[in-house]
Parts: sequence; C-alpha cells; structure tokens
Amino acid sequence: MFYIFCPYCDERREEEEFHPSGQAHITRPADPENCSDEEWGDYLFFRDNPRGIHHELWVHRLGCRKFFNITRDTTTYEILETYPMGERPTVTAERAGVRQEQGVQTADGGWQTVGARPENSKLNEETPS
Amino acid sequence: MSEARSENSASNVAVFDTHPSDAIDAESPLHWSRQRGVIDAAAGEGQVTVVERPFLGHLILRGGAIVLDEAVRETLGVSLPGQPLGLNHDADGSRSVQWLSPDEWLVIVPAGEEFELENRLRAQLGDAHFAIVNASGGQTLLELSGEHAREVLMKSVTYDVHSHGLPVGKGVGTVFAKTSVNLRRPREDRFELVVRRSFADYCVRWLLDAGREYGLSVE
Repeated sequence: MFYIFCPYCDERREEEEFHPSGQAHITRPADPENCSDEEWGDYLFFRDNPRGIHHELWVHRLGCRKFFNITRDTTTYEILETYPMGERPTVTAERAGVRQEQGVQTADGGWQTVGARPENSKLNEETPS
Repeated sequence: MSEARSENSASNVAVFDTHPSDAIDAESPLHWSRQRGVIDAAAGEGQVTVVERPFLGHLILRGGAIVLDEAVRETLGVSLPGQPLGLNHDADGSRSVQWLSPDEWLVIVPAGEEFELENRLRAQLGDAHFAIVNASGGQTLLELSGEHAREVLMKSVTYDVHSHGLPVGKGVGTVFAKTSVNLRRPREDRFELVVRRSFADYCVRWLLDAGREYGLSVE
C-alpha cells in the first residue's frame, strides 16, 4: 500500500483514496493538423515504461478530487515527491545516459522497447514457408 | 417548483426553488430503510447514536477563495475556511462552511434556507467567476455521537479519527466502508457523515453492523 501525500489536502492519505491516471507531462502536439502520424500516434497511444524514476498522474478521487503528479521509482516503489499540476518535478532521471543505464523504454516512433526496431525492415515481414 | 430569477444579479443564471410550494410529504433518504425494518428505533442501548438530519440545504460553492470569502461573510456571517480541510460554524452551530478542495466549499444550512441564501450569494457575487450548485437532494447528513462513536468509525474509515488526526473543526473526504464519505467533526463528541443519498441505506446498514457491539441505535 502507498501512503500518498496529497499536495492539495496537505497531508498523507491511504492509497485507497487515490487512482492512478498514467504518465504525467504528456504534451499535445501544438499543431495536430500538420504533425506526422508517428508524432500523433506517440501522443495518443505510446507511454514510457521506465525501470526507475517515473512521473505519474494521480487523482485524489475520494478526497479533494484533484489531479496531481507523483515521481515514483518503479523498481523500489518509493515515492520520491508529489507536486501539484502545472509544476515541474525536482527529482528527475538524468537524460540519455542514465536512462539507457536504467533500461528505460521510451516511446519513440511507435517502438515501445529500446532496440525493438529491427535494423532491417525485412526482418519484420513474414517469410513464406 | 417556483421559478425565480435572482434580482440585483448581473448574471442571467436561472435559479429555482427545489422546495414545492404546496405541502407534499417528503421522504427522507432513510425512508426505505425504515419501511423495510432495517432501522429499529427501539433497538440498541444508545451508547452510540446515529441521528439522521434529512432535508438540510447543501450548497457547493466554487470559485476564488477571496471573492467567495467576502460574499459568504456578508451573507452568512461565517468566514470561508482558509486552510485545507477546514470547517467553520456560525455561532449556534447550525450553519457550516467546509473546505472540499482548493476552489470548492460545502455550505450546509437548515432546511429551506438554501434557496434564499443562493440568491443572496448570487446578488453579492455579481459578475465574479463562480458557481453555486444546490446539492441538497443528492446528499444527506448522519450524525454519530456517543462514547464509542470513534470506535465505530475506526472500523469503517481508513482515516485516523483520533483527535490528533481529526480535531474539532476539521472535515475530510475519505473512504467509508466501500463508498465515499465526507467526514466532519463539529464537536468533540460528535461526528458528521455527509453521504450520498443513494448510499444512505448502505451506510446505515454498515453502521448498525459495526456498532452492534456498542448497542448502536438509529433515530
């Protein structure tokens, strides 16, 4: 069970009162009409699945019913910070290097898993037997 | 239902009195429970008592704290709780204002006062950015008192209901059994449960079960 600090109620509550709503800080493409299918697909369907630090959106559904963000370590389940909407996290995984080290799987061009994109597109095609 | 337009108000919001003009028997949210014999007034030794307070006026106010505070002070004589989870009462304790979320407050007034209060608030607030919703029909209030009231709650809610967790003048939204509750403590020896009307029967059944060992009675 988590014991979550709600930044609006200003105190810790049981996890039962909350509900997770997925990855935080997802920005909608500024010009949806003119963005690529890949960009739009990433925005709609693809989410990070990191091993390590992850920023999540939660809602205090049985308390103040406000959405807020949680920075959580997905390997230890430790909640590193909670912060209200509109703010940026103070605890972040370092870019690139650490992310790679941690085995972070980032949504990139529709490929969820690092290294999943085949070097040769023919590898993905079914071979007639 | 009589329709009326709030006078003096620059807004063109249509408001109406939810109370019928003719005398019609209203059924409290626990009417069905009484009819079905769930509630037996004679049972229980009264170490814990649940009293239903039906038909109170519940208004949800939304908007900026400063604007609303001024208007509520002017019309109700109670200041808006500035701190999260605050609960303020007027002098005789029959009208209350509770913090629900950073931009949302619950006002509970005696039955029949809510329409007049809503009109006065609208007139007072004028063009400000706000919303007032009459939630009287959607929720009801149960009062829990008696020396073992806290033990009954300890079995029912996840929140810490001890005086250091829930002191007098605090109200929290939390989990009650398998539903939600707005739990308030207006006095040291009394808890108030604001529950959904449709869940009133469920909550009372749960309280009867949880309070059986303390001889809980429902009035």
